Amino acid sequence: MGGKTLTRADLAEAVVRKVGLPRNESQDLVELILSEISITLAAGESVKLSSFGSFGIREKGERVGRNPKTGKEVPITPRRVLVFRPSNVMKERINAGGKRKAAQTAETASAKTSRPARKAPATRQV
Amino acid sequence: MIKSELIQKIAAANPHLYHRDVERIVNVVFDEIVDALVRRDRVELRGFGAFTVKHRAARFGRNPRTGAAVPVDEKFVPFFKTGKELRDRLNNS
Repeated sequence: MGGKTLTRADLAEAVVRKVGLPRNESQDLVELILSEISITLAAGESVKLSSFGSFGIREKGERVGRNPKTGKEVPITPRRVLVFRPSNVMKERINAGGKRKAAQTAETASAKTSRPARKAPATRQV
Repeated sequence: MIKSELIQKIAAANPHLYHRDVERIVNVVFDEIVDALVRRDRVELRGFGAFTVKHRAARFGRNPRTGAAVPVDEKFVPFFKTGKELRDRLNNS
């Protein structure tokens, strides 16, 4: 499903195409948008983009984790993590069309004993 | 910060652009991301993060009040994974 990966260059290209700005200026603008969002989040403030979604900061307290390789218990230090909450508009657009009914697929799912591996290709670290 | 404030900041840094053009630029960028996700493509913005779409299989859920099994259709949910650089910036700044 959808094998392509878009990057900054593709977003800049959309600005060139739809707004008609020069390529280098479009690239700078895409970069500026991302950097303004990053600066705001780094300052601990949330970013809400209507019809897209909102980025929020969550404070995590210390907890005990485990090194999965050695099994050793290690403390996980308190940290701030970023959470993205997609807007309803985005969720609806992503689900519009191409939906299968639960009644059909759940039936075939309960009949299955071996389902083809549905794992998405491992997403690379960004 | 909300979208209009973001537009304000971009406009302030680009005094040669009309305000309404800055508005369009910001909307084009986010619309482009949504369009990609609608196609089930990924959007990977190094240092910032990656937007992907995850599949949720159809299942039988339960009405918590009555306990009745209700079919839940399969769905696709957008997912954002924070990039390494941004994650680091959140914690040591």
